[in-house]
Amino acid sequence: MANRWTQNLTEKDITPESDFLNRRQVVKSLAGIGLAGLGLAAGTSSSLAKGSDVTNTWEEITSYNNYYEFGTGKNDPLRYAHQLKTTPWSIVIDGLVERPARYALEDIVGKMTVEERIYRLRCVEGWSMVVPWNGFELADLLNLAGVKNGAKYVAFETALRPDEMPGVSYPVLDWPYVEGLRLDEAMHPLTIMANGIYGKAIPNQNGAPLRLVVPWKYGFKSIKSVVRITLMDNQPSTSWNKSNSREYGFYSNVNPEVDHPRWTQAYERPIGGGLFSKRKPTLMFNGYASEVAGMYDGMDLRNFY
Amino acid sequence: MMAWILETSINMLNILNNIVRKVPIWSIYLMLMLPSFYYFYIAATGTLSIEPIKALEHKLGEFGLKLIIFVLAITPLRRHLGFNLFRFRRAVGLMTYYYISLHFLVWLLLDVQVMSLIIKDIVKRPYITIGMLAFLAMTPLALSSNNYAVRKLGRVWLKLHKLVYGIAVLGAVHFIMLVKGFQLEPFIYLTIILSLLALRIKFKKNYVRSD
Repeated sequence: MANRWTQNLTEKDITPESDFLNRRQVVKSLAGIGLAGLGLAAGTSSSLAKGSDVTNTWEEITSYNNYYEFGTGKNDPLRYAHQLKTTPWSIVIDGLVERPARYALEDIVGKMTVEERIYRLRCVEGWSMVVPWNGFELADLLNLAGVKNGAKYVAFETALRPDEMPGVSYPVLDWPYVEGLRLDEAMHPLTIMANGIYGKAIPNQNGAPLRLVVPWKYGFKSIKSVVRITLMDNQPSTSWNKSNSREYGFYSNVNPEVDHPRWTQAYERPIGGGLFSKRKPTLMFNGYASEVAGMYDGMDLRNFY
Repeated sequence: MMAWILETSINMLNILNNIVRKVPIWSIYLMLMLPSFYYFYIAATGTLSIEPIKALEHKLGEFGLKLIIFVLAITPLRRHLGFNLFRFRRAVGLMTYYYISLHFLVWLLLDVQVMSLIIKDIVKRPYITIGMLAFLAMTPLALSSNNYAVRKLGRVWLKLHKLVYGIAVLGAVHFIMLVKGFQLEPFIYLTIILSLLALRIKFKKNYVRSD
């Protein structure tokens, strides 16, 4: 199973060797596991500034997070997420599936093909990273449960543990955090469930033990610490849409042409550039247009933001 | 017992007021300026945040908001508690302007960067419009914070500087509007600011009655 999507550039193709050796020591130490390339859509690399699409360091990826269950500050997740108990972990898969059940995490992972996917991550706030995830395609997990005819959407839910999550005592959002995808988006080979970063177990602040990664959508769609997946025939509600439907739509595809009401989405700031970091133009569907644009043919993306 | 508490409090207050009288004003400027150097230092060296631009912008804005609360507290502190910080009022006011200027410059030069976006942001994004409005309204106050302007403007000066009430409210609203989701912190700022303004209304009524 899996390996349906092939990464077509290696990191070395776009990172000067000196930078690669100096700045990417974590990568270097992992060279043995084989560096798959960046998930660059064809023809987009030329539009990027030289060296701007660099895989972020472990430290950057794991200490600058949005995970409001642990607080709204960017380093709150790093500070508090260790309180989350991730073993044992199970995921309820229910709704329009052949085999609705509570699936133990180890049983799931044992049946999946875990591969490395180096994806761009674009936060709706206007910053971006490149993250080397380890995970498996969501399609394989859904097929494990057996998707019934008539299922059109997939709903996801994050764990809600007030004793372990200091942020949920504040009504920042309507807890638990929920997200959703259309079935074709969920079954797309780019869509993965990640359980690792840089070949290591995914840290709690990044959504341990298992989180969704949908690289062509704003980061908040990629729900963390998933405990429930429900196949539905109608569009599920999503947390940020419930909080502010004018600002956050169900689709939330990365789109430089449709601004957030409070800030531009035409540019992004790659994390890791320091105090004088330059912004760079954001790519349509975060650079994955050639893979995913077809799913939205005929849709006015200004209305379906 | 009550008398003793009252007497001790008054003694303490006298000591404090005496200390305040001896503090040189330049040291207030220096003291209030130090955090800005510190913020720039930790932002440049990477200890403030993985993404230091927004973090620095927020630190400077938040410190400015704290200083404006300090400014607004000076009058009620003297009227209601007898603690007199009037000597510091100009210094704190000018340092508020200093922090909001830095906040604005970091936004302009390090954050937005793209020139065409700056105008668009100011016009199209209400929270930025409000922030800009507050900053612009502060400018004449900063420019007239000197003895010459106070003498020259007389009663107009007093009226002009009432603008600070509106500026403080705009500052807190700017903060409320820029956060994602429902967050408590900016509402705490607004509550403090509105309370400090409410204290003034109450005092005025009492003053009229006792006349």
